[in-house]
Amino acid sequence: MGIIDNINKLFDHRIRLGIMSILMVNEEADFSRLKELLEVTDGNLASHLKTLEKENYIKVHKQFINRKPNTSYEATKEGKQAFQKHIEALEALISKN
Amino acid sequence: MDQQKYLKDISDIKQMMHRSSRFISLSGWSGIAAGCYAIIGAAVAYFFFLPSGGFLLLDSQNFYAMLLVLAGVAVLSILTAVIITTRKAARENTPIWDRTTQRLLLNFLIPLLTGGIYILIKLTSQHYGLTASLMLIFYGLALVNASRYTLGNVKYLGYVEIVVGLLCAAFPGYGLWFWVFGFGIMHIIYGSIMLVQEKN
Repeated sequence: MGIIDNINKLFDHRIRLGIMSILMVNEEADFSRLKELLEVTDGNLASHLKTLEKENYIKVHKQFINRKPNTSYEATKEGKQAFQKHIEALEALISKN
Repeated sequence: MDQQKYLKDISDIKQMMHRSSRFISLSGWSGIAAGCYAIIGAAVAYFFFLPSGGFLLLDSQNFYAMLLVLAGVAVLSILTAVIITTRKAARENTPIWDRTTQRLLLNFLIPLLTGGIYILIKLTSQHYGLTASLMLIFYGLALVNASRYTLGNVKYLGYVEIVVGLLCAAFPGYGLWFWVFGFGIMHIIYGSIMLVQEKN
């Protein structure tokens, strides 16, 4: 088994990589903040969030703030571990070459 | 062939982590300013309120004057940090009062206020001796506790403050000097490191 096996296909995309990076250092982030940081459209962001959610890498919290619906996201323990492994694999690949 | 892509991924990750949390981390200048205030405050205390020759503070009136100076240092440092951070956030168009900031402040204040109240209680019963040590220890704990909500090296600054505080407790009588080191010199070193990192 090589290092390359630790490269997670799911993170092999700019937006999903970005979402996970943000959720690694912020306990949670809401939809509009993610959108603003990643500079993507609603639909695009929503579909990538869905993918990560399906993998159980992020958790979704829906609530009302001043009667307005607000959706925020949090990385799960599993997601954080997977992302950490991915970063380590990237670093290993870079230093190997 | 993939080398470039991996490198880009890593730098994207770093940039995104930075951008999404940087505004809540104290800027280098706030640290340096806080360090300078602390040293000036300590100098004022040393030359005006410390009984000549001795390092033990038994005269309570002078001691309270010194406490006022310390409180002044704290207020000035916090004001400077708030002003610098707010301006930086406005410049980078990032909201300053979001839930991460609230959590950061809450987690910072719980150990800090606990320590502050504890010190005040001890002071009212004439336990002056460990004030500097307790300030350093609780400040360090506050930093370590808050560091989960920000990037950067705040955690390590916190560890250093705790160690300095403990050493301070082990060497009674030299409180002022440990205080100058912990709050003055360490903040200036920390601020300078942050400045260098921000430039990269």
